[in-house]
Amino acid sequence: MAFVTTAPVLAANDDIKATNFLLDNGMEVVVIPDNRAPIVTHMVWYKIGSADEPPGKSGIAHFVEHLMFKAATINHAAGECDRAVAEIGGSHNAFTSQDYTAFYETVAPPALEQMMSFEADRMFNLSITDDDIKTERDVIIEERRSRIDNDPQAVLGEAVDATLWQNQPYRIPVIGWMQEMEKLDWSDARAFYDKYYTPNNAVLVVAGDVAPETVKALAEKTYGTVPAAPGLTRIRPVEPGQNTKRTVTLTDARVSVPNFSTHWVVPSYRTAERGEAEALDLLAEILGGGTRSRLYQQLVVKQGIAAEAGAHFEGTMLDASYFSIHGSPRGDAKLADIEAAVDAEIARIARDGVTSDELDKAKDRYVRSVIFAHEQQDSIASMYGSTLATGGNLKDVEERPDRIRKVTADQVKAVAARYLVSDHSTTGYLLPLLPNTEN
Amino acid sequence: MNQHRAAFAQALPFPLSAAQGSVARFATPLVIVILAILFLILPALRAHAAMNIQEVKSEKGITAWLVEDHTLPIVTMDLVFDGGTTQDPAGKEGLANLMTGLLDEGAGDLDSETFQVQLDDAGAEMSFDAQRDGIHGSMRLLSERQNAAFDLVRLAVNRPRFDKEPVERIRAQLLSEIIANEREPHVIAELAWLRRLYGTHPYSRPPEGTKQSLAHITPADLSAFHKTAFGRDGLHVAVVGDIDAKALSARLDQLFGDLPQKQALAPVSDVTPKLGGWTLVKSALPQTSLPQTSLQLAFPGIGRSDPEFYAAQLINNILGGSPFTSRLFQEVREKRGLAYGVSSSLEGYQHSNTLVVTTSTRADRAAETLDLIRQVIKELVDTGPTSAELEASKKYLIGAYAINNLGSSSSISATLVELQLDNLGTDYIQRRPALIEQVTLDQVRAAAKKLLSAEPAIMVVGPPLGGKG
Repeated sequence: MAFVTTAPVLAANDDIKATNFLLDNGMEVVVIPDNRAPIVTHMVWYKIGSADEPPGKSGIAHFVEHLMFKAATINHAAGECDRAVAEIGGSHNAFTSQDYTAFYETVAPPALEQMMSFEADRMFNLSITDDDIKTERDVIIEERRSRIDNDPQAVLGEAVDATLWQNQPYRIPVIGWMQEMEKLDWSDARAFYDKYYTPNNAVLVVAGDVAPETVKALAEKTYGTVPAAPGLTRIRPVEPGQNTKRTVTLTDARVSVPNFSTHWVVPSYRTAERGEAEALDLLAEILGGGTRSRLYQQLVVKQGIAAEAGAHFEGTMLDASYFSIHGSPRGDAKLADIEAAVDAEIARIARDGVTSDELDKAKDRYVRSVIFAHEQQDSIASMYGSTLATGGNLKDVEERPDRIRKVTADQVKAVAARYLVSDHSTTGYLLPLLPNTEN
Repeated sequence: MNQHRAAFAQALPFPLSAAQGSVARFATPLVIVILAILFLILPALRAHAAMNIQEVKSEKGITAWLVEDHTLPIVTMDLVFDGGTTQDPAGKEGLANLMTGLLDEGAGDLDSETFQVQLDDAGAEMSFDAQRDGIHGSMRLLSERQNAAFDLVRLAVNRPRFDKEPVERIRAQLLSEIIANEREPHVIAELAWLRRLYGTHPYSRPPEGTKQSLAHITPADLSAFHKTAFGRDGLHVAVVGDIDAKALSARLDQLFGDLPQKQALAPVSDVTPKLGGWTLVKSALPQTSLPQTSLQLAFPGIGRSDPEFYAAQLINNILGGSPFTSRLFQEVREKRGLAYGVSSSLEGYQHSNTLVVTTSTRADRAAETLDLIRQVIKELVDTGPTSAELEASKKYLIGAYAINNLGSSSSISATLVELQLDNLGTDYIQRRPALIEQVTLDQVRAAAKKLLSAEPAIMVVGPPLGGKG
């Protein structure tokens, strides 16, 4: 079947064109009009994450995020914001990653001012008691047990990150190491909060049924009153050249089917030369992006040796990022068979490149996923927020589909050959604890 | 199927929203939200925002609910055939699930490969899911390529092939998943829990089947199942997006007009879950102790058509349904830091209902946590909620509906098909606020007594309570 261009579809994106401006205190504001329904998504993104934590204080970025929710401020009692959001049937939450921390509320437009007022207040006026610290520290410790310690795959994942990254702080888990989390206190949290929770270190993204002028007026009235602090430079240890092949193995009684994943250090959209990150996105799609990918077709369909296989490129990072592949055997196949077959597919792309047909289809899928993302206000707001919090700008988001379209087959081949080198990789194995299982 | 995009979760969301049990531990960073509709708590918005649900009837008598929205060049469709995994014959558990995994693996004259290439070219996504009471299908497509996309949906629904290669491949993937879960305590616990509550009723079956039952399913079984399950009298359809009523009417006949008029489903009896008593699930191997103990409590639930349903929804919300303000969240997490998440939910099915409370906590404080949960429940039964709590809960339930259920084209179409399954009319969304408003404090207190006075079924995953494991 002939390939159909999506140009008319892309044109529809002009209806949802973002605008941006700066408040006097340096806070950047992005407004994405979306008038399909009277709902507005309000997100504050701080350019601060776990990779910015001081040594020995792992988990402090995530802990401060929790305290922002837990605590009272000078103007509001604890729980007042939760009740205000619940009262209008809104929803709110927050999340922390290596490079950013974001807080969001989804409400009807008349409640936008109240939400901005709550967020502006807790940006500057947080007020913590010893009880808050103690109980919320217990909560994040339980969260660590739930997310990581309860799950062998997650335990291995932590060890793989700590091995893949030798110097860069991406080696430290976002939630923190248990023994450091147990000691986090208010002075740690206060120092982190005072330094990083400032308007000139934040990006406000408002998507929804509200005019940019209205957002501007409200933002000046609320966030505009928060004083700026000295500007921040994010200083991150830089990763040395990768020159070894490393493996990490976890054997666990809860595992009965083994799996493996291999990771390589690669550039992110911020650190890559023009076109390289786009090529890595398409390489991930072609190699292991779904049932049409080479890994799925070769290992799962044709050879029938894998239960599943795939690839992933994480593009939205402040510093260097990673590309990963993973697989799991089916039936009598051995983990080593899967690994060898994956290596063969990578070698084939690095040697022979990709066909123009599979490149066009991968581009088509990428652009389609952007169109489908527009269907959800929070997806589109997150696309802008995460890009801006990791050093990108509005153009980077809006021109992404066009830049993806421009990638050539040679560029995809080049990034595969340059980065997916088995001598410079980190592989994690998850194995069953059984004497009679060979792998 | 089973494509893992990323091996490891990156972002950490703050609390689990009303997530249930261990399966939701890795909730995606953002709860699905937004795009549409109708905020009845704010009367000023009504004129601007009323969502227009049209009931479309085709020439051949197939009906669908439609919300037109031409803002984006996308159409979403949700459909359900009554039946689901309860229709798996004894010894062939997993049949409905295997069949749904094969609907996009070849149909009509197209083999698996050709079908998937054409689906990709058509710019469409299609997925099917076998649930307890029905087989659910969900599609998202670009309207400019809708002819090709709808034609593939037609083939998948009417003429699936069940060729040998895809049958063996999907069977092997499902087997691999079953084996992968064999030693996972939370999965073992879930199966034990279902057997405890439902005995030999079809609701106790693992939807994906067992190693033995999957091995016994033949292509002939798959075809036979498809014939009995895909009939027009058990079909429910909802469509949202860039399509009008006239075009949809023609599509309905194209997609479903050639299906048999009637399904041939086996009858399924109503079942009262067996409550009271304990289920204890320890780690798979004695040398591995779990870092956390999971607790689950089941109380009697309430039917969707019961007149006291809204009172029960309110009491559930006050107890543990509301993500930050519920009594359980306040007592267990906010005041004592015993758990990351704790919640309650009404689990309603066609043939049984429960109210379930779940949390996970450190092993050495699990007994204390369970006592606390029971004490919070007892207080709610003894003294009932305050009128302020009731008012706050009403506001939450009324306001949150649009954000939770009508936030995007895909969640609107999923919601509309659920409303059809619950036998609620197209005017339900307008009527709903009044149904909640009119519930009295006495009715809510009565609902608390009715649901929460019973001795619950309790499950503990981890070391026995009180011990150090």
